Amino acid sequence: MLQKIYDWIDERVDVTPIWRDIADHEVPEHVNPAHHFSAFVYCFGGLTFFVVVIQILSGMFLTMYYVPDIENAWKSVYYLQTEVAHGQIVRGMHHWGASVVIVMLLLHTLRVFFQGAYKKPRELNWMVGVLLFFVMLGLGFTGYLLPWDNKAYFATQVGLEIAQQVPFIGDELKVLLAGDENIVGAQTLTRFFAIHVFFLPAILFALLAVHFILIRRQGISGPL
Amino acid sequence: MSDKKHQVTRRQFLNYTLTGVGGFMAAGLLVSPIRMAIDPVLKESSSGDLVNVGISVDEITDVPQRVDWTVEQVDGWYKSEPSRSAWVYKDENGEIVALSPICTHLGCVVSWEGSEEHPNRFYCPCHDGLYEKDGTNVPGTPPLTPLAVYEQEVRDGILFLGNPIDRKGA
Repeated sequence: MLQKIYDWIDERVDVTPIWRDIADHEVPEHVNPAHHFSAFVYCFGGLTFFVVVIQILSGMFLTMYYVPDIENAWKSVYYLQTEVAHGQIVRGMHHWGASVVIVMLLLHTLRVFFQGAYKKPRELNWMVGVLLFFVMLGLGFTGYLLPWDNKAYFATQVGLEIAQQVPFIGDELKVLLAGDENIVGAQTLTRFFAIHVFFLPAILFALLAVHFILIRRQGISGPL
Repeated sequence: MSDKKHQVTRRQFLNYTLTGVGGFMAAGLLVSPIRMAIDPVLKESSSGDLVNVGISVDEITDVPQRVDWTVEQVDGWYKSEPSRSAWVYKDENGEIVALSPICTHLGCVVSWEGSEEHPNRFYCPCHDGLYEKDGTNVPGTPPLTPLAVYEQEVRDGILFLGNPIDRKGA
């Protein structure tokens, strides 16, 4: 049955070559932990992506209950945590995953750095990777405010003051992020929510696509 | 490789194993989010308590009168006091009848003698729906079922109402 559906589609749009280009290729020996156990260091990039997928999934489901409004944000999170079955687990996935992403990202970066895998011709992919790192930090920063508890509020207060230290445009940048000159409040929360669930993920997907296409083009860097 | 005929090739076996493991991981990932998403369907519906609607039995006559009151409603993390209303009267046996004013056609609000052309009937202004005094829909007008009847109880001479109960079509 499934084979028939697949054949029906394949006959019309010829998907097999697409699949071959994406996934059907050999893993080089020096990257395969089955050959050299130390090759597990090559897994960190994939693990980062895996955790990102968890973040996207759990985040999508969290928005079913969360409201980005100063009156209701904390209450909706509290309701999700205490009244909804498995709500605690899903928020836990998103909460802990956010930290794990940063850890994996760092390990991946260290591997690429110490193996010198960023060298020509892969400098461009290193730069894309650094941008991805910044996007991740941005996601962490904006997501931190959303529960609207004391920790979130004062962390954002501090974060905004850090943004204010940027030379020349600092003041404007802070207002742009906070939505108001003096208040960290209703407008800040909706802004951070929009940045967290729409703007940064869109940038993230685009950069990830470039990151992966470049890997397929250039291949994995050779053994040390 | 032995001479025996292999039903499953090595490649097939690996494919099945990888698909199985991958599927297991995906399922493990999705169990909690999906359980969370379908939680409203699985939650037990709490039947509301009867509420004092602020009218004593003595005040109720054989002419339907509109009674308004508020109920406490908990909607997830949001508590509110939405208003409810009913048309209340005593029928020929002296029994109290409390009808929901929500038209069973498309949910507008009906009024007793809401149109001068239709005395002694409930009238819905949206599509000229009509109901008899006991709430039965008048054939030939849009509504197909009678007006819902509130759960009711009299405590110390005061009327208490609960949820409206739908009735089958005439």
